[in-house]
Amino acid sequence: MTISPSITSPERRPLRLVGLLPWLFAGVVIGYAMLVGGYAATVVSFALIYAVFVTGLNLFMGFAAQVSFGQNAFAAIGGYVSAVLTATYGWGPLPAMVLGMSAAVAAAAVIGFPALRLKGHYLAMGTLAIGLIAYEITVEWQSVTQGYMGISGIPPFGIAGYEITSDRGQLVMLSLIVAACAFAAARIRRSRFGRALSAVAGSEEAALALGIDVSRYKLMAFLLSAGFAALAGSLFVHVVGFVSPEVFGLHMVIVTFTMLYVGGIGTVAGPLIGALIVSLLPETFRAFKDYQDLAYGAALILLLIYAPRGLASLFAPRGRS
Amino acid sequence: MSRLRLEGVTRRFGGLVAVDNVSFDVPAEGVTAVIGPNGAGKTTLFSLISGFLPPSAGKITFDGQDITGHAPQSIAARGLVRTFQLVKLFEDLSVLDNVKVGCHLHGKAGLFSALLRPASARREEAQVEARARDLLAFTGLAALADEPASALPYGRQRMLELARAMAAGPKLILLDEPAAGLNAEESAALSRIIRRIADDGTTVLLIEHDMTLVMNTADRVVVVDFGRKIAQGTPAQVRADPAVIAAYLGAPEPSDTESPSAQETAHG
Repeated sequence: MTISPSITSPERRPLRLVGLLPWLFAGVVIGYAMLVGGYAATVVSFALIYAVFVTGLNLFMGFAAQVSFGQNAFAAIGGYVSAVLTATYGWGPLPAMVLGMSAAVAAAAVIGFPALRLKGHYLAMGTLAIGLIAYEITVEWQSVTQGYMGISGIPPFGIAGYEITSDRGQLVMLSLIVAACAFAAARIRRSRFGRALSAVAGSEEAALALGIDVSRYKLMAFLLSAGFAALAGSLFVHVVGFVSPEVFGLHMVIVTFTMLYVGGIGTVAGPLIGALIVSLLPETFRAFKDYQDLAYGAALILLLIYAPRGLASLFAPRGRS
Repeated sequence: MSRLRLEGVTRRFGGLVAVDNVSFDVPAEGVTAVIGPNGAGKTTLFSLISGFLPPSAGKITFDGQDITGHAPQSIAARGLVRTFQLVKLFEDLSVLDNVKVGCHLHGKAGLFSALLRPASARREEAQVEARARDLLAFTGLAALADEPASALPYGRQRMLELARAMAAGPKLILLDEPAAGLNAEESAALSRIIRRIADDGTTVLLIEHDMTLVMNTADRVVVVDFGRKIAQGTPAQVRADPAVIAAYLGAPEPSDTESPSAQETAHG
């Protein structure tokens, strides 16, 4: 079916510049934290670690439109492998992190193969169980994880003997990692692989009819998501220097879901924006004292009423992939 | 050699026999239509051919190879691609990206070429873009390439689904009531496009209620009723066949006793 030599698409329109606004916002927040340092730097550092996790969650839940309440299990695997290998066995942070991510992806493969046969609510319940089981293991396997006591004395992240200890150094490192994650998500979005995920999200039957191996792409998105989660878990233990089961508990699931939906599920900038907003909002309401949580809750409700597809989607031209 | 061959294909849902021992050949050339009253089992038949349902009995051969009970994505990979009676677009994607998804089988790029974007992946992407735009031009959707698929009017959505299926480069395309809901003008345009597809060498097998479209477009017609094949031949032969007239007009055979549950199952 050759009809006519085709013309390449018109180049980016000025409209697309609006899409840069979320990134500008993130840059300003991170720049501010770097100038001020101290507590602000700590809050933004945690936000950036969450952004890594949520970027991964978004690949599975946003791009492929599946659901997982259990990605915290993979953050726990990444975090604990890093913690145990560096604090207990004296490994370098980088090889420990790589091994932690590999272990998480391997676990995701073993779990995902049967679990991804579930759909909708059943998949949600099944994955919730994964997170709860991981939590129990971190509590009960005391010889390795030291239970509720947690593991302390985890060295800061560093490469080849050079350790990143300052607030600002960590912010720079985390910003670079988040930028790399967002870049990866953006490239995946506009590729054959990303289109296949969108097809799975849009209609599994139509995807199958076009020869897309739906189960395989779901599994791939799940593995990728687990890899990002493990990276975030590992970053967390090195930045804080301590890990306990609570770090990767149900609280993490709730916070990261909020970030994903507030930021904009299925968008590229959404995870970072959501992570920053959800981390900073409670801080901005500190002056409300006893009513801080109430104000935070009200702000979230307003956000979801006026930006139901998330903040980042306000800046995305319609109809773009 | 026939492109597609059905031998004694049967599908039961509990006690209901939705497709009953159906056999026919689809030659590689031209357009073959499957017609029949509502609930006759036409859509079930398509689901069996395209692998969305396994047959209870019988054999389906595509280009000489047994595809009975194969998974839908592997049947599509062999070059047998279907569309759906109820349009199933990827609504959040643009019109162009919908067709690009259709090109999936023609690419190889995986996760690593998505991330690293080597020269081979960029070349592949350029080919996909060109192919998708050609197909949009062919179906008259070129000006709407950047619109979200969900924003298209219904008739255009059907065209988009056709363009997307053609992007897969099928040897045989199954069209499930492609003219459903189209006005006379749209239906005529569709008829010309289907003819073009067949003339360009893709075998077309379609289910249709729109008799004008069938009579103008089809080279051969297979008539099914109550899951059984009752006639086969050229449009003219079929139109004159007493069994077909009986099935459609309800006399003298008791086709008006058809139960609503049978219709639902067959179309679900």
